Amino acid sequence: MKKDIILAGVGGQGILSIAAIIGYAAVETGLYLKQAEVHGMSQRGGDVQSNLRLSDKPIASDLIPHGKADMILSVEPMECLRYLPFLSKDGWVVTNTKPFINIPNYPDEKQLMEEIDKLPRHIALDAESIATELGTVKAANMVMLGAASPFLGLEYEKLRDAISFFFGRKGEELVKLNHNALEAGRQFAEKNMN
Amino acid sequence: MQKQLLLGDEAIAQAAIDAGLSGIYAYPGTPSTEITQYVISSKEAKEKNIVATWTANEKTSAEAALGMSYAGKRAMVCMKHVGLNVAADVFINSSITGANGGIIFVVADDPSMHSSQNEQDSRFYGKFAMIPILEPCDQQEAYDMVHYGFELSEKFRIPVMLRITTRLAHSRAGVARKTSREQNLVKLPENLKQFILLPAIARKQYKDLLNNQPHFEAAAETSGFNTFTDGKDKSMGIIACGLAYNYLLENYSDRNIPYPVVKVSHYPAPEKMIEKLYDECESVMVLEEGYPIVEELLRGLLNKGKTIRGRLDGSIPRDGELNPVIVGSALGFEAPQLQEIPALVANRPPSLCKGCSHIDSYNAINEALEKYGKGRVFADIGCYTLGALAPYDAINTCVDMGASITMAKGAADAGLRPAVAVIGDSTFTHSGITGLLDAVNDNSSITVFILDNATTGMTGGQPSSAFGKIEDICRGIGVKEEHIRVLKPLPKKHEENLAVIKEELEYEGVSVIIPRRECIQTLNKRMRDKFKEKAKA
Repeated sequence: MKKDIILAGVGGQGILSIAAIIGYAAVETGLYLKQAEVHGMSQRGGDVQSNLRLSDKPIASDLIPHGKADMILSVEPMECLRYLPFLSKDGWVVTNTKPFINIPNYPDEKQLMEEIDKLPRHIALDAESIATELGTVKAANMVMLGAASPFLGLEYEKLRDAISFFFGRKGEELVKLNHNALEAGRQFAEKNMN
Repeated sequence: MQKQLLLGDEAIAQAAIDAGLSGIYAYPGTPSTEITQYVISSKEAKEKNIVATWTANEKTSAEAALGMSYAGKRAMVCMKHVGLNVAADVFINSSITGANGGIIFVVADDPSMHSSQNEQDSRFYGKFAMIPILEPCDQQEAYDMVHYGFELSEKFRIPVMLRITTRLAHSRAGVARKTSREQNLVKLPENLKQFILLPAIARKQYKDLLNNQPHFEAAAETSGFNTFTDGKDKSMGIIACGLAYNYLLENYSDRNIPYPVVKVSHYPAPEKMIEKLYDECESVMVLEEGYPIVEELLRGLLNKGKTIRGRLDGSIPRDGELNPVIVGSALGFEAPQLQEIPALVANRPPSLCKGCSHIDSYNAINEALEKYGKGRVFADIGCYTLGALAPYDAINTCVDMGASITMAKGAADAGLRPAVAVIGDSTFTHSGITGLLDAVNDNSSITVFILDNATTGMTGGQPSSAFGKIEDICRGIGVKEEHIRVLKPLPKKHEENLAVIKEELEYEGVSVIIPRRECIQTLNKRMRDKFKEKAKA
């Protein structure tokens, strides 16, 4: 088993919290893991990515080679396109559709969605709206994780356990909310993956 | 023991705690910050009474670490590559004093300049100081090398450099820990003159350093961090240094490399292993993250030996960090067919946070300078360097820590009026104070903005050495009381602030303007913590 995942977003959007949960679930599954992050200057509202590699064999490079990623998981629609050179021929793109606009030359949203629709294997969802309906917009990243879950090669239960581990300190209610967000994302993906 | 998921930086920190560390000193700098941050936050380190502290700059860090080594205990000092320029004086001289308790200089290089102004390779410094250098290829090796580095340092009474690069510093992997070791007790150097670098003593100690070189070379052959792996295809031999070794392995999914390979993670480079490779193979490929140091050694000035390939012959780009594809193409693998980035994808550079005080400061500075024209603002290193970008376009220089004040002084001496310096509070106490003293002593006409957000912002909000001391420092240096002006950078204070700035720009002499408002990130964090405390109660 080997999964190479590019996590993408804008500095401050919390992609590392998604990485931490996948990482925890992977370690609990007994997999090897390497995860390269971006710290420093780009965290100030710039484009950020994290290279997450899971495998049942030792992993050499911290960076995913170009053209080899199994998935791009992006919490921002334009950012999912920035990493296409890393995606393998049959890789999936799972992206949020809510733009994060902090630059004056952000592309036209309609054209942006057309580009995303051209991708042969993609799941695009408005994670903020789904999360807000469930109770808090803050669970949007867990909706995204849920949408990515069918392609991760990890047991769904392990992801639920990881959420319990990370949110447990903050109370049962928050754990439940994030479990629901995960489930909502997963259902969306399962409905839309064919 | 269960493996822990740690960043390369964190693996180094945990290893130091486990290896009997007594003190760690640093000034924050990407990608090295998380090492010291980890020890400061570690419960275990607190229980062990390990001193873990942010200092005014890298020089003071390194000197404190050397003092701890003098007293017989194990010390670590961490910095980014350009931080070693600041600490170079003590670094180079510490190779002549030697160590007593083990001391490791951890230096984190930033090839491709993700968060830096250059991509200098610290291995040059290590070679310059003639000390052993360790360069881990992964997180586990980084952990192991800290234990080994302290032993090596104490065995040969020599400081050791641990050189890492951004990718290792900020990448996470499973790390297995070793059993903990007790800290050393205070024990003075056997020779109480060891650390006195008077010429007569320094000459003797320098000879000792030179005489120790064969021992350092022998250690590099036997430590186990350098390896020779044979391969059937002798048309090429490969030397892979540090992280480059991973990119080499990545290109052979079964890890079966047909060529002989020398992995180099411990310097001086292992002469015997490399000689064997060179003699057996028709050509040599050198893969290294950073400058072509080993490659240059092999080529020599005249390059009349076997074909040496690497960054100097164009097999690999001369600048920038390596990755699996760059290494793969150098090895002759076909470049993969890649999907293109659609044309509509726009660049998204980093920017000042919404609500940041620097925004209000730059808006006022820009407006006050309008009548003089562009090109008069000497800035420094920190979040406020982002003032170089649109929509502010507010600064004209960013060179090294503290250079804002001194460059403004030089330009003012040349006749530029007004000459404006912009420096952050933490950068001011790092390297700005002495420059301000120069300006006061010459009564140079400069207007210095010390943007005080009460933290070291860019690296994640570490405490600033300047906190609560800036006016006192300026007064103490001799800046006139009436030309020390404190402002509150807020949109509603814009007109008021503008008037003060215009006034000081006209003044012929040193004036210091201090726009003071807490960093929006640390403020938010403080409020969140407070809210949590309340919720608990």
